[in-house]
Amino acid sequence: MATTATAHQTKWWSGGKSPFNLEYGKLMMWYFLMSDAFTFGAFLISYGTIRFSQNFWPDPNVVFNAFPGAGHANLPLAFVSVMTFILIISSVTMVLAVHAGHNGDKKGVTKWIAWTIVGGLAFLGCQAWEWHHLITGEHAALIDGQIQLVGQTTRVNPWGQLVDPALVSEALHKTSASTLAQLVHEHNHAHGLKELMGKSKDELIGLINVAELHVREKGPVAFGGYFFGITGFHGFHVFSGVIINLVMLIMTQKGVFERKGHYLMIEKAGLYWHFVDLVWVFVFLCFYLI
Amino acid sequence: MQHPAFEEVSFHHHTEDAEFRKRVRKTTILLSVITVIELGIGLSIYTIHKGENPSHLLVLMFKGVVCILTLAKAYYIVSVFMHLGDEIRNMIMTIVVPLLLFIWFITAFILDGNSYKNLRNTYDKHFQESTMPKDHKAHEEKTPEKESEKQ
Repeated sequence: MATTATAHQTKWWSGGKSPFNLEYGKLMMWYFLMSDAFTFGAFLISYGTIRFSQNFWPDPNVVFNAFPGAGHANLPLAFVSVMTFILIISSVTMVLAVHAGHNGDKKGVTKWIAWTIVGGLAFLGCQAWEWHHLITGEHAALIDGQIQLVGQTTRVNPWGQLVDPALVSEALHKTSASTLAQLVHEHNHAHGLKELMGKSKDELIGLINVAELHVREKGPVAFGGYFFGITGFHGFHVFSGVIINLVMLIMTQKGVFERKGHYLMIEKAGLYWHFVDLVWVFVFLCFYLI
Repeated sequence: MQHPAFEEVSFHHHTEDAEFRKRVRKTTILLSVITVIELGIGLSIYTIHKGENPSHLLVLMFKGVVCILTLAKAYYIVSVFMHLGDEIRNMIMTIVVPLLLFIWFITAFILDGNSYKNLRNTYDKHFQESTMPKDHKAHEEKTPEKESEKQ
């Protein structure tokens, strides 16, 4: 027995042994992740190309400054740092799950996989909130000579350069009465929206303080598409990772791995989950930090 | 514990529980600290932008530092959490060497975008006037010959 084992080890490339000392499935998971890295890389690099081809690009601290329950408070980077820490922690719990698998510890695997799933769901919840906030949170933007209230979509976004106050006063006269009423209401809650809707345009303009409006031009159109496209593709990876982890949890509980005698499947799911964290590190860099 | 199910695997890694815990704790703290530093730099970029006379060189430098810190984070995730560092060298190379393609990929495409911008600014004055930020305009009037070097 011992002699055949030695003979095999000296002829690693003649079959029967993995020259990389890795089980086939795990090796292929690595190659899949490498190709996926190129997919994400291509997306992020294309974003970089468009960004470098523009004279102006929105400042992430202006775009991402909201926090759930904090109203209009200006809190740049706060919410995304929560999301980042959620993913880091869920990565750590995944490492612990894989390690418990090495030791054949079914209870440990169940516990840590369950925490990883909780982390993944928390991250997805955060992302859903952020998308909802960006799409529905309307901001004043100067479009076609008049002020319009727009959210961030793939067609339009309000993250352009700040407009000169003189131009804003001019644009106010071309703006529709209902938009003016909303503008007044946003900065001055003393007036009810219904009451404002009944006023004339001149009365409404009289109530607006141009200095505190912060009207911006339309931002680069590509900004919305790239943001929703890339964070959406990443979110889809998180979602499928959660599904894979759920399957792992059920299989562990049913004792599938225990009967097989090893928990190598958990290692493969772990690799995928860490990759999701890895990609987020770069998405975080490209969209929120620089 | 050994896993007999996979005969093609010749030897198994085994780390002691205590050693493993120490390693994971160290890496977690490292990743958190790097993230906090990145956030700090992100906030200082924000304050520089808000300030009276933003220094574009300083912002660029900070952004470079954040990129390097991100690469460090990626290294720790891949080598410790994904255990790539514990694999056989040949296996590591089959993953890492193809990724070197990114060096060309990033350089070529970023330069392409930059060159497109410079061409448009030269030949499409409307594009330049309608999109160039005001502080950049002021800077350019002072040093027009440096336009091509700026981003």
